[in-house]
Amino acid sequence: MAAGVAAWLPFARAAAIGWMPVANCPMPVAPRDHGKRQDELIILNVSGRRFQTWRTTLDRYPDTLLGSSEKEFFYNEETKEYFFDRDPDAFRSILNFYRTGKLHYPRHECISAYDEELAFFGIIPEIIGDCCYEEYKDRKRENAERLMDDQEENKDNKLPNMNFRETMWRAFENPHTSTMALVFYYVTGFFIAISVITNVVETVPCGSTPNQKDVPCGERYTVAFFCMDTACVMIFTVEYLMRLFAAPSRYRFMRSVMSIIDVVAILPYYIGLVMTNNEDVSGAFVTLRVFRVFRIFKFSRHSQGLRILGYTLKSCASELGFLLFSLTMAIIIFATVMFYAEKGSSSSKFTSIPASFWYTIVTMTTLGYGDMVPKTIAGKIFGSICSLSGVLVIALPVPVIVSNFSRIYHQNQRADKRRAQKVQKARLARIRVVKTGMSSAFLHNKRNGLFNELLELPCSEEVEQHLSKTASLLESQHHHLLHCLEKTTAHEFVDEQLYEQNCREGAVQSYPSCSPSLSSQEGPTGTCCTHQARKNPLPDASVPPTCQGALQELSAVHIQCSDQPALSTSRSSLNMKLDDTSRLNCKSGLITTAIISIPTPPAVSPEGDSQPLTSPSMQTIASSNAVKVSTL
Amino acid sequence: MNLEGLEMIAVLVVVVLFVKVLEQFGLLEASYDDSVEDELELSAVRHRPEGLEQLEAQTRFTRKELQVLYRGFKNECPSGVVNEDTFKDIYSQFFPQGDASTYAHFLFNAFDTDHNGSVSFEDFVMGLSILLRGSVQEKLNWAFNLYDINKDGYITKEEMLDIMKAIYDMMGKCTYPILKEEAPRQHVEIFFQKMDKNKDGVVTIDEFIDCCQNDENIMRSMQLFENVI
Repeated sequence: MAAGVAAWLPFARAAAIGWMPVANCPMPVAPRDHGKRQDELIILNVSGRRFQTWRTTLDRYPDTLLGSSEKEFFYNEETKEYFFDRDPDAFRSILNFYRTGKLHYPRHECISAYDEELAFFGIIPEIIGDCCYEEYKDRKRENAERLMDDQEENKDNKLPNMNFRETMWRAFENPHTSTMALVFYYVTGFFIAISVITNVVETVPCGSTPNQKDVPCGERYTVAFFCMDTACVMIFTVEYLMRLFAAPSRYRFMRSVMSIIDVVAILPYYIGLVMTNNEDVSGAFVTLRVFRVFRIFKFSRHSQGLRILGYTLKSCASELGFLLFSLTMAIIIFATVMFYAEKGSSSSKFTSIPASFWYTIVTMTTLGYGDMVPKTIAGKIFGSICSLSGVLVIALPVPVIVSNFSRIYHQNQRADKRRAQKVQKARLARIRVVKTGMSSAFLHNKRNGLFNELLELPCSEEVEQHLSKTASLLESQHHHLLHCLEKTTAHEFVDEQLYEQNCREGAVQSYPSCSPSLSSQEGPTGTCCTHQARKNPLPDASVPPTCQGALQELSAVHIQCSDQPALSTSRSSLNMKLDDTSRLNCKSGLITTAIISIPTPPAVSPEGDSQPLTSPSMQTIASSNAVKVSTL
Repeated sequence: MNLEGLEMIAVLVVVVLFVKVLEQFGLLEASYDDSVEDELELSAVRHRPEGLEQLEAQTRFTRKELQVLYRGFKNECPSGVVNEDTFKDIYSQFFPQGDASTYAHFLFNAFDTDHNGSVSFEDFVMGLSILLRGSVQEKLNWAFNLYDINKDGYITKEEMLDIMKAIYDMMGKCTYPILKEEAPRQHVEIFFQKMDKNKDGVVTIDEFIDCCQNDENIMRSMQLFENVI
């Protein structure tokens, strides 16, 4: 239990008064704390580091924790100082805020830790000075992006019951989910490549008859190329239709960039089929053939780098816009200048200002084709100035784009690493182990603690010593609280394995073939005692995660399978079944390792012999539902 | 000028780029979503409690106890008020095996005496003062208030069933004996048989307090949490 929440334990226990009037059983004895006051006060300042400042300094900002009377709650009488159990490093910048009036964000600090400190001391982050504000905002944005990435990852782990359409969509989006999807992915990639290569080779001049000039391959082997094109377009069409069918939101899918590229890639073929070989439209037809080259963009589904590049360009829109604008300005200026400079010279190619645009662009990008060159001296001078400035204007916005690309690319790398399944699974397994450790601690202490109750001695000294050795006061109070809840509802907490056991015995009769793991774990009930005996009596964190996983799978199965009839048979099986000796043996197997309830009818007396301690507790409890028995 | 296919496209591209450049300079307002600005929403309600002396006077806690309580309170809720989600979260940490959120909801309503959707430190401490240091009458009063969900002075069977289900939810599913559907209902029947003296289907506060005061178990359990701080 987190230490912070421990401070709320008095509240939780006080709220338990709400259960008292409805409880049918008497409540267990509360643990006494022997006047042992847990001394929370450590005589230090901010976790050990003493800071000193004037009171008036703090009073400058009366709407924060330190500047108001709220800090009186943290005053420590004995040492006459205010104690805060917070991070002293972060506290430095907070105190400097009072001193200088400016709040700074330390770069090495984690953004969420810093935010928490600010929230605790009642300072709003917007006060951060201009010197550090941009950095703060950038880090915050990164953190938010990372959280969104995490959420998206968790969304990927969907429940196993997806319908066909959803499975298909998932296969399209993540090719690594199934072999079918991977095959499909590679096949489409292959065909995209084939299509692009075909388009390229079509125009290569291959072979020549002596009396004609070289004909491109496309015209020589028309049929072959047509068949190839048809095949590719067929595959692309099928793929597009399948994606359209599987998309969760067809309208959004149709508007997405990738689908537009798909459509543009296959449309020319169909339009070409439809149109007749008319002279008027042949110009437009040629244009359409150009669009076939867009098929190469389909590769962006296959290459993450391409996608990142596209995303970068999109996110650097402002820098690109600036680049374009400054280039346009420079081109116009220099073209005008060159035109007027070269106006005088004869046979000049600079016939108009728009004609000079070409020269300016070629010069500024340092291409220098040489088809237009200035001849006058003035022209040459201005030409050299043009090329020098061109280098500058282009080089300036490019690093911004590059750094953006680098940031996004690295983020993607990190996301991929995190997505590695092993890391997730190990981490989740460890978290699960800690959680079950917490609840099994209660069950463990229950067995130890009940020893005390059964003897019906009002807390003899050595038992108390024993108790205080095994559990801190906090834990014993928490366990007492859980105990009260058990009494109120007249049911008990058991751990998962026992619960599976009970469920299984009830459900196995009606659903013998629930899941394969059922038969592999516990076959017929006759073997359950051996399994039980083999099991560790303390179901604590030593159970390997895989075993727990199987058990949880089991429990998931049982939630689906078992319902009222199954549960009632499990109750009746407790009452009767003297003839079913194997079942009784199971029960005794259970008893030796855990707490269960035996109903009052003496029909189940064979077990009664094995625990002489049952009888005293059987009478103390008035409820008809459960009688508590424990053995050690 | 005879524009052929490709040239037309080139002109189109140039025009589009020009439009984009104009947008860049805000001459053409395109709709770009500024999600960054959404983060700037000012922080939520922050609340500071009344002074220590006042709280000392109003509740039955000593100064030291109030200090201890406040530290814990402030740790979990730096903003000074608890809203329902934080309440549920904190309460759920004590009952890891079940679902404590429904019961926490009812508790929250019982603590939030002025029904403004948040529990401040004063509400919290007042409630605790009654629960831990109050007389038996006050405690029973508080419990009645908790059960009476719509605060009309009567506990009906439906209200009691809701509360009972919430309590049973906290047990979770791994219980022995296995929780059945009708367990809360049966429990409510028992409760009503005990409490509802005039059999009119509702329990009033007087019936409740009378019955509790005559029941030894309940009286004893009320004293359980006296020295909790």
